Amino acid sequence: MSASVAGDAKPKFSGVPWRERAEEALFPPAVALLVALICGDLLILSYGQSPAAVYRLLLEGTWGNAYGFGQVLYKATTLAFTGLAVSFGLRAGLFNIGSESQLAAGGFAAALAGLALPVGTPLVLALPICMIAAGLAGGAVGSVPAYLKTRFGAHEVIVTIMLNFIVLALLNWFIAGHLHVPETLHTPEIHAGALPRLADMFERFHGSAANLALVVAVVVAGAVWFYLFRARGGYELRAVGLQPDAAEYGGIAVGRVWLRALTLSGVIAGIGGINYVLGYKHYYEDGFAGGAGFMGIAVALVGRNHPFGVLVAAFFFATLSQGGLAIHAFVPKQMMDVLQGVVIFAVAVSVPEVRRILRGARKRADA
Amino acid sequence: MSSGRPSTSEAARGPASAIPAIRMSGIEKTFGDTVALRGATFEVMPGEIHALVGENGAGKSTLMRVLGGLIKPDAGRVEVNGRDVTDWSTNDAISAAIGIVHQHFMLVPTLSVAENLVLGCEPKTRGIALDYKRAADDVRKLSSDTGLVIEPERLVSDLSVGEAQRVEILKVLFRGARILILDEPTAVLSPPEVRELWAVLRRLRDNGDTIVLITHRLDEVVELSDTITVMRAGRTVDRIKTLGTTPAEIARLMVGREVSLSAGKRVQPLSRQSETSPSQGLEVRNLGITGSHGVRVIDGVSFKVKPGEILGIAGVEGNGQTELIEALAGLRAVAGGEILIDGVDITRKPVTVRHDAGLSHIPEDRHRRGLILEYTVADNLILGLQKHFAKRGVIEDDRVMENALKEISSFDIRPANPLLAARALSGGNQQKIVVAREMGRSFSVLLASQPTRGVDVGAIEFIHQQLLDARARGKAILLVSAELNEVLALSDRIAVMYRGKFAVVMPAAEASEDVLGEYMIGTKKGNAA
Amino acid sequence: MNPISFLTQMIRIAIPYLFAASGGVVAERAGIVSLTLEGFMLSGAFAAVLGTNLSGSPWVGVLTGILGGLMFALIHALATIRYRADQIVVGVAINLMAIGITRFLLKLFFDSSSNSPRVAGFGGNINMAGFDNPLLWLGLIVPVAVAYMVYRTPFGLRIRAAGEHPDAAESVGVSVKRVRYVAVAISGMLAGLGGVYLALDQHQFTDQMTAGRGFIALSAVIFGRWDPIRAALACLLFAAAETLQIQLQGSHAIASQFIEMIPYVLTIVALAGVVGRAVPPAALGKAQD
Repeated sequence: MSASVAGDAKPKFSGVPWRERAEEALFPPAVALLVALICGDLLILSYGQSPAAVYRLLLEGTWGNAYGFGQVLYKATTLAFTGLAVSFGLRAGLFNIGSESQLAAGGFAAALAGLALPVGTPLVLALPICMIAAGLAGGAVGSVPAYLKTRFGAHEVIVTIMLNFIVLALLNWFIAGHLHVPETLHTPEIHAGALPRLADMFERFHGSAANLALVVAVVVAGAVWFYLFRARGGYELRAVGLQPDAAEYGGIAVGRVWLRALTLSGVIAGIGGINYVLGYKHYYEDGFAGGAGFMGIAVALVGRNHPFGVLVAAFFFATLSQGGLAIHAFVPKQMMDVLQGVVIFAVAVSVPEVRRILRGARKRADA
Repeated sequence: MSSGRPSTSEAARGPASAIPAIRMSGIEKTFGDTVALRGATFEVMPGEIHALVGENGAGKSTLMRVLGGLIKPDAGRVEVNGRDVTDWSTNDAISAAIGIVHQHFMLVPTLSVAENLVLGCEPKTRGIALDYKRAADDVRKLSSDTGLVIEPERLVSDLSVGEAQRVEILKVLFRGARILILDEPTAVLSPPEVRELWAVLRRLRDNGDTIVLITHRLDEVVELSDTITVMRAGRTVDRIKTLGTTPAEIARLMVGREVSLSAGKRVQPLSRQSETSPSQGLEVRNLGITGSHGVRVIDGVSFKVKPGEILGIAGVEGNGQTELIEALAGLRAVAGGEILIDGVDITRKPVTVRHDAGLSHIPEDRHRRGLILEYTVADNLILGLQKHFAKRGVIEDDRVMENALKEISSFDIRPANPLLAARALSGGNQQKIVVAREMGRSFSVLLASQPTRGVDVGAIEFIHQQLLDARARGKAILLVSAELNEVLALSDRIAVMYRGKFAVVMPAAEASEDVLGEYMIGTKKGNAA
Repeated sequence: MNPISFLTQMIRIAIPYLFAASGGVVAERAGIVSLTLEGFMLSGAFAAVLGTNLSGSPWVGVLTGILGGLMFALIHALATIRYRADQIVVGVAINLMAIGITRFLLKLFFDSSSNSPRVAGFGGNINMAGFDNPLLWLGLIVPVAVAYMVYRTPFGLRIRAAGEHPDAAESVGVSVKRVRYVAVAISGMLAGLGGVYLALDQHQFTDQMTAGRGFIALSAVIFGRWDPIRAALACLLFAAAETLQIQLQGSHAIASQFIEMIPYVLTIVALAGVVGRAVPPAALGKAQD
């Protein structure tokens, strides 16, 4: 946020502490990468393969060819939404573990909206409507822990975990009981609101699932960034997350901020549902979330809760996921499951350690 | 671990004369940025009651925690009964018959008295089970031996404060303590409970135990102690025999004098705007605040602060000043009474309404309340004011910057970079951010709580001048400070707060350290206006 | 639906919950958040199957299963106690790691993405309705044993102190860190046993076979207000609901999904205090200096 102020002889400021903040911000993801590499090496070697060869194959299969890259983009899109949702809550000091069910609820609502709209509705109209439906559904789910926290002091972690099960069971009941196409667990195909694929625009990406939702994800990331760092609501939200006592002192209504944060977190996750439902399969399928909600926690952590970091982290984890498929001839894709878990663990442990070490080093340097 | 009182243990009972029960020399301890102890010394002879006095932050508690093995000193030497025990652990200290009775009780509320007492030295039955019967019996026996009566089965959360303290003391006696350290034991007791405790302490002393008493109360020091050690700013400044001095001298030692640049200097205001100012200042009527344990922390306090006046509240910390300011600022609920700013009742109104009514607040804890350390200087300068710097929900960065540059320049905040994280500035400059923000906006009433705590000398002068300038401009200022000199130098009128009430309110011209000191310690009670 | 068969099935379903919830009570009472019961259970299940498969004896499987749960528990303890990492994030990570590692080893040892080969279990006599399985009896005893430990032994006293007021415990020389390490280790072993029972009862390991049981166990801990016996009763309650749903299958009286939800709804209700507040141990989730 460097600025030059109008008027002559006014100095230009660069935030000196940005380097410090950058250090603290980038170290944990660097640790994540390092741990992934080391762990990956060990696992690959245990299969009697050469790490270099496998990594090359992984890169070829993900970034090296258009289909693979498209798949990476597709997976990264969902992760971006859940990562943004979790990081938004974390900025307010709140842990939203419920993005899995908020994502599913959002997808469900988008499907219903899409089915309800007349066939042939232009995308310009259908997409916003479906997005609004998705956001409302996700926000409704997200508001439950918010309300329980402000009113009863119930810890949002347990409530969101419980709610995950409840909401997913409810959705399953809707589909299995009422809305499914026979022999399947998904809704009929949606025509209004179907999103164009990347493949529709660039033939090279043929077959990959990447679609317009990717653009929506980037836009939402930008919106989150703007809200957090430019809007007054974001100033208050971050204040509550950093130092609730000072926020209270400054007249900020902490309870209301919590409510807003968790609800909006749910909205963001809900909108993410359009990636699968409108962009890929064109129907809602039971269980489509597939763990993306939990991976969102990892994405938020590695992305250091910053919208742009989240995009990069989503891309990283999506690469791992797709890469697992690309190398399965040499190493089972289960290796990626291990890797992902280990990376999250390493980042979780390294964050407080890194901060401690960096603060200590800085202090010695100043002394 | 013993249950009940042991006859003797090697380290506990030394010969009755030459060897000190406790000798600490050259103790140093730093926590992060804060230096808590700088070469403190402490010497206690066996079989005496020794008072350890000094202002908050002097280092008394830290020194005792070093003695008790809870923390390790960075440098220095600790000897107990002639034995070098520097760096020992809590368990070692307990084995050597040292027991600390903490100010904030170290009792598990969900467990019973007996369970708390035997924790760590549990008696066992033949198998692996805890022998509850024996624990209860042991507690009853100790109870009757010492006269500290308490039922072993009662849950700690059900106990009154006085009863809980009895349990704290029993806890250390249970482990055979012969050297007891009590940290502000009577701070939360009612007068009859206090007298009871004194009797217990005298009994223990007569039995040969050594007692160290950390206290603020002059009457306690005079009545109970044999020797007094005074600490200030991490150092030991004096050690005297109680019998050889007068209460007045003890009071002066306790209240203390700090070398400060504005010692006693009084500045006359340039002009008195109060007659022409439309503001009505601050009025407080019959305020009551209830704290934890249902104790009345503020009890029927009424006062006015006129525009163009500084009312200073002196008093030892812990007598309700913090709660009073929090209630006025809107951070604490009141049980009864009214608060008016400029004639407008804001008693139960939120902080934002108070801001709009003209209230500003410099909080006593800038790290917890006053600043968001991770935010930039510029962002901290608009905390509480963000709605004035936003248009249609978006923060106007250029106005924030403009404001920051203006305040940085007016208040000489260094380094003069608005984009620096507040964490990177020194304590004095951090405080200047708070002062700049609170005094740079439009206000008619200012609450200034410990405004120069932890601030370097140059910044102290600056902040004092700011307060005086505000007074000259017709603002009503309520100043709370543990630094008596500050209160004396700046105030027009001075109130002394003691146990939740105003002990006295007097014009500053009539006040002096000695006069105020006696009210602060509670030996004198005045007109509580 | 005869009451005897209902009861026996209910008990069989409850056993994994009883093991894991008992472990959860121990760890949470000491102050460590137990989101990880799911992961401990899963790793115990896999380790049990692996051990049984390699040795041919289910008793060896019990041992390896306990070790499986213990290993993950020690990792969790190290991260949260020694390195003071956030207990919730680490908990989520442990669960993900358990899924990933069991999948990986499933492929490595058994060359399958979905299930292991069949292994021997305990009991098997249909007329005994599962009560010839020694693990079942163990599962019924464990909550009582844990209750005894927590309320009647010195170690239990220290656990309770560590979770409510760790500073008070430290002030009398109790090492809160050591207490927590042991408590987490116990929770790992017990939850692991829950997985052992599950896997040996089904005679194989399948991918993610715990299917959320660890979270139901956590619900039982909270709904049972962190008391071992009440948590056990909660386990039986949840198991009863599950049994009801199975036995009512096809009658469509209440959809199975709603029965599934019961434990979770009850937990939220408990937290919100509609039927008396569930107050957790005061120091739960906070790292100790």
